[in-house]
Amino acid sequence: MRYSRNEVWETYQKEIADNNFYFARSCIRQNVLPAAEDLFLKIIGTDLGKNIYDDARQTTCTGIAYHSGIIPFETTMTVVAHLFALMNEAGYENYACSCVTSFGIYSEVLETWKHFPEKEKEAREALKKATGKTFEIPKNLVHASDLIYKFRKEIANRSKYRLTDTTSGLPLKVVDHIGCHYAKIFPEKGIGGAEFPYVLAGLIDEWGGQQVDYPERRHCCGFGFRQYLLKSNRGYSVANSKKKFESMKPYKPDLIIANCPGCSFFLDRWQYVIAEMENTTYGENGYGIPVLTYEELAGLLLGYDPWDIGLQTHQVAVEPILDKLGINYNPDMKYKGAGNSNTDSPEQPSSIKMF
Amino acid sequence: MDYVEELKKDFRYIEGLNACINCGVCTAICPAAEVSEYDPRQIVDTVQHADNDEIEMLLKGDTIWYCGECLSCKTRCPRGNTPCYIIQSLRSLSIETGLFIESIQGRKQLALKRTIGEHMLKYGYCVYIDEIDTEMFPEQGPVWEWLRDNREQILTRLGASYRQEKSGALRKIPEESMKALQSIFDVTGATERFKKIEELSEKKAREMKISFNSGKDDYFRHLYEGHND
Ligand code: SF4
Ligand code: SF4
Repeated sequence: MRYSRNEVWETYQKEIADNNFYFARSCIRQNVLPAAEDLFLKIIGTDLGKNIYDDARQTTCTGIAYHSGIIPFETTMTVVAHLFALMNEAGYENYACSCVTSFGIYSEVLETWKHFPEKEKEAREALKKATGKTFEIPKNLVHASDLIYKFRKEIANRSKYRLTDTTSGLPLKVVDHIGCHYAKIFPEKGIGGAEFPYVLAGLIDEWGGQQVDYPERRHCCGFGFRQYLLKSNRGYSVANSKKKFESMKPYKPDLIIANCPGCSFFLDRWQYVIAEMENTTYGENGYGIPVLTYEELAGLLLGYDPWDIGLQTHQVAVEPILDKLGINYNPDMKYKGAGNSNTDSPEQPSSIKMF
Repeated sequence: MDYVEELKKDFRYIEGLNACINCGVCTAICPAAEVSEYDPRQIVDTVQHADNDEIEMLLKGDTIWYCGECLSCKTRCPRGNTPCYIIQSLRSLSIETGLFIESIQGRKQLALKRTIGEHMLKYGYCVYIDEIDTEMFPEQGPVWEWLRDNREQILTRLGASYRQEKSGALRKIPEESMKALQSIFDVTGATERFKKIEELSEKKAREMKISFNSGKDDYFRHLYEGHND
């Protein structure tokens, strides 16, 4: 018997709580996409009416430092234990995190404690000694994109737009990029597993777009932690992103969506760098391929103003996808500051169109 | 030192190494193997041979530092090995034994400690807008430059809580949480590891006759920019 891919995906399901989440932010996202997480909170909290708590006390999970090899696992697992303690103190049991590296770290820590109970004991003792706190393990651990996936139908029902090219009436071609640490470490923790993750593809299907199945679909974006963070090793990162762009190019994607803070950043910035270095652009008419996160795409379809949700902080211009979706926007508002104050527009790069 | 005995104390080594059949699947899908002199299959094979001298070569060498920790190898290994976990245990041991300063790539741990390492304890974030400029990160590009130059105005417009003591993006993390973080670092060995990285790096910098101080000193620049690569 032959199964379709979507049927294969459906065999890998995970439990996602329905309400009452403790939200953990991502260090990278707060910097490079400073409006994305607030948009996520509005969609889940205001639009869908769920209870989600944004705690001022939370800190880094230390995942980036751990994967760069500068801190011991014992430090990371104790910081994770501290974050769980903060969740308990706030009265929550369901943990929803915005970072894929963090999601991998939490999953790793919980699995380690399962296989090596002495490590859990060690974390409990270290946390007690360092802070006096104790903690309970979350009942449900999800990544923020899991929630958008879970509520994709409700979002579609409230949406003003569909993933349709309004000029041709055809479905928009969308590349999905899943952060490696979402499901490659523990396939059973991700919707659809590691080989056919469905967490973003499900959004494309539900919202009317067409998935792009290109050869390097599952290849890493090239973050590499220490490799990107050191200028001298950064070629690693751009080379791997370039491999993906070259592989997806023949399929002429209208949009890339990603669920990982690093990936969405690299797939955006490396297009700018490749254009400046080699005069190559991957979109149409001298533009790049716009890169959005799951909540940015949901926000656009729900009718949020692109400049209120921070899409002007992307280096690759988003206007081509706004035009295709048929979204009205005011170009004069793009670079306004608080209270409509004026700021000087960013410098226009030489080889990739920005506005 | 019996390196294999040391590695056996690390649960990641225990988890990561079952029985490698040298098939090379990990190398075939490895993004690091694609761009550097790096072959996870060979590293797993070397560790599996348990030859102390060969393992010492790994601890002193550049190769273990080329992995990007994407963990793509965990999914694909047909024997349930995780080359990345083995790498993580080797990296820790390289720092613990001080052998990291013997290789160009290993020495770069200082630059990572001086950036993300210190940022965590200064801001509570591993990266923070105030520290990210286009000299260190030129690929950030003109939009970042614009955002950074106008950050008060733009972050306010976007609803962030930049440097404010309330919930929201880029908020100032409360004192209590900063203290907890520092205390966890002290109790669990991160502070000690930072100290070790600094001390051994200083020794190496003197040997190499490069000025060593703190922050973005000459030795940092040399590593970060890769003057010797
Ligand atoms: S670690 Fe696994 S994938 Fe790599 S060579 Fe050994 S058996 Fe093959
Ligand atoms: S984790 Fe390291 S060894 Fe494994 S595939 Fe990624 S870069 Fe290669």
